[in-house]
Amino acid sequence: MSAIIHEHDDHHHGPAAGITRWLFTTNHKDIGTLYLWLSLIMFFVGGVMALLVRTELFQPGLQFMSPDFFNQMTTNHGLIMIFGAVMPAFVGLANWMVPMMIGAPDMALPRLNNLSFWILPFAFMMMISTLFMEAGGPNFGWTFYAPLSTTYAPDTVTFFVFAVHMMGASSIMGAINIIVTILNMRAPGMTLMRMPLFIWTWLITAYLLLAVMPVLAGAVTMVLFDVHFGTSFFNAGGGGDPVMFQHIFWFFGHPEVYILILPAFGIISQIIPTFARKPLFGYQSMVYAVASIAILSFIVWAHHMFTVGMPIAGQLFFMYTTMLIAVPTGVKVFNWIATMWRGSMTFETPMLFSIAFVVLFTIGGFSGLMLAITPADFQYHDTYFVVAHFHYVLVPGAVFAIIAGVYYWLPKWCGHMYDETLGKLHFWLSFIGVNITFFPQHFSGLAGMPRRIPDYALQFADFNMLSSIGSYIFGFSQLLFLFIVVKAIRGGIAAGERTWDGAHGLEWTLPSPPPYHSFTHPPRVTEAEAHS
Amino acid sequence: MSEPSSSTYYVPENGWYPIFVAATVGAMLAGLGIWLNDLRSDESPSIYLFLIGCFGLTGVLYCWFAKVIAENHAGLPNADVKRSYVSGMAWFIFSEVMFFFAFFLALFYARVFAVAWLGGDGAKGLTGDYLWPEFEPVWPVVENPDPGTYPNPHESMAAPAFSGWLSYLPFWNTVVLLSSSFTVHWAHTAVKNQDRRKLIGWLGLTCLLGVLFLILQAWEYVHAYQALGLTLASGIYGSTFFILTGFHGFHVTLGTVILLVQFYRAIIGHFKPNDQFGLEAASWYWHFVDVVWVCLFIFVYVL
Repeated sequence: MSAIIHEHDDHHHGPAAGITRWLFTTNHKDIGTLYLWLSLIMFFVGGVMALLVRTELFQPGLQFMSPDFFNQMTTNHGLIMIFGAVMPAFVGLANWMVPMMIGAPDMALPRLNNLSFWILPFAFMMMISTLFMEAGGPNFGWTFYAPLSTTYAPDTVTFFVFAVHMMGASSIMGAINIIVTILNMRAPGMTLMRMPLFIWTWLITAYLLLAVMPVLAGAVTMVLFDVHFGTSFFNAGGGGDPVMFQHIFWFFGHPEVYILILPAFGIISQIIPTFARKPLFGYQSMVYAVASIAILSFIVWAHHMFTVGMPIAGQLFFMYTTMLIAVPTGVKVFNWIATMWRGSMTFETPMLFSIAFVVLFTIGGFSGLMLAITPADFQYHDTYFVVAHFHYVLVPGAVFAIIAGVYYWLPKWCGHMYDETLGKLHFWLSFIGVNITFFPQHFSGLAGMPRRIPDYALQFADFNMLSSIGSYIFGFSQLLFLFIVVKAIRGGIAAGERTWDGAHGLEWTLPSPPPYHSFTHPPRVTEAEAHS
Repeated sequence: MSEPSSSTYYVPENGWYPIFVAATVGAMLAGLGIWLNDLRSDESPSIYLFLIGCFGLTGVLYCWFAKVIAENHAGLPNADVKRSYVSGMAWFIFSEVMFFFAFFLALFYARVFAVAWLGGDGAKGLTGDYLWPEFEPVWPVVENPDPGTYPNPHESMAAPAFSGWLSYLPFWNTVVLLSSSFTVHWAHTAVKNQDRRKLIGWLGLTCLLGVLFLILQAWEYVHAYQALGLTLASGIYGSTFFILTGFHGFHVTLGTVILLVQFYRAIIGHFKPNDQFGLEAASWYWHFVDVVWVCLFIFVYVL
């Protein structure tokens, strides 16, 4: 069994020359690289917006921007980080790693793969261009609640809607590709229960994407119709209901937050066994935990909207189902800890980020449990406590996992080791910066500081100044990350096939950098190799 | 499922199609946005970018499909690739189901909760009592809470008693679309039996039934707008009615175009008993729009 046997295709074995290599590529590694670079660019764009927000909040009062521009910054920061930074980074990692980890030569639908990537730059051009239009960009929060996004929206909401449609189409096509690749293209012997955890988490994430991105498309479509065609989905005057928007949005939105974290679980489940030099503890329970989290994610959405008013039975239902998610999540956290228990641990940069992930994601999980308690949520709702909660699960959660994954696999991708000293420096700056930024927000939130407001009462001044200083530390230390990545791509110590001595899995049987089409001869996977 | 079934693997060569699809979709949607915003302001509407995008997209898709069909005839893709196409199509249809699910969700929420609460019933009934005490919570909503902003329709599309169905247009639409599901199935069976004459006949009939459905649907819309005063802007009943039937009609239009392409391909002899993914995918898609229609007929028209 070997790959690409058709003789007239021989000239496609290597990359095409020039810019068309990137524009027309059907290669999973090229497309993965494009996704990762787009994600990094968007991470910096969204990061600049976050720093502008933190600069305005450095002191009480209005110093640098109008409240409307402040709203545009918070809105676009959220949209860009979610749809532009975290999701494309995961898809980029999937593109690079899925074929290599399951023993396939490429993704199942390579041209569709190219389309899923290239639709994104157009979508973000459309969305970011609204910031330069007369009406100003979207200013209704990334959750675009009606009537802020309908009756009171700037004209540019039209472009926002179409940009979201394009991002959704890209995600759906990417998800189809990943599902089909994982189900149809595994090497002989790579049974479902031998798949690496990263593959499992991505398979389940892809199903979540398929199920909820179309619902988001439906939600933005109804917004578009309310704005342009006089429908009254979200207007009570015509018999609709603005609260209905929130239900439909969060039916998408809650599975979406698992879309943003499940692949991170997968990355961490690859890295911790490598540096603990022990097999992953409780492989099967990890798989079932991810599946349970995914299924539960469809029946918890209204915990985002306890204060909007709903029957008491609904409040109880959503409170208990939400708390139930803590069980499979706890299984995962304990399994990671058990994997490290009595391991012969070393602390290279990917491992540092992974351990920080386990600790700080768990803090975010606990504050999530607090928010799940309905009566308590009446106090916490729409305060900086919520901001602290979801930034703890998304920044030292999803973003740290992505950075850990990049440090872990970068030597495999480019064939050179990154600079370990600078990597550790990057880790400590990020770790300290992220905690200085977000930990004080728990306190200001519990004391009642509302989110999404450019000004605040004087008693919150110290916490906010601290938060802003932390955000500068975290933000600017990411330039160091860029430097480390570029340096490793340009040269460095040869990485070797099995870069990390504790690493297992098919990707480490390929040379570094791997050949253009990963596996020309499908490897045979045995039980012993799969779970060692 | 796990083992590749053939000894060779096929990676398609690089192509310019995907990025041009992305660019033309971008142009089409940006153009549509500009056009819609122009219509709302007093600027003269500019539709050029939208049209350029539409024509460009059609052209690129034509080239892309032609290329894939040509590659298939040259025998390049193997059984694995075809299996990937089939499961890819299945999951695409699943995502389409979820798209309609969002609008059905809106319909059920409005019927069960929003309208009842606005009429003063249920857990949140107080809202309605304060805002519009005269509003009566009945479905279909023909008297809106605020008729000044959302003018009332004279009449809804709700089905008459069962005895009156013979003069009820949506019933005939259901008959047309359901029978087209059988004809497309028989076309599919015909290709497996290598009976090209029957294939062309049944496929042609399916296309005709699809077009007939669209004509009847357009007629119903004209009737709704002109005689019933039922429009997109006439409150939640019109909103849910037109968005559900409208997106369904859009999908029927797409399905009919896809079937027409397959009809043409059948005439020039593209399909073989073991090699007819295009027809199979078109047929699956057609069954999907059919199932959506059955749900629509039950939940939008009858109940």
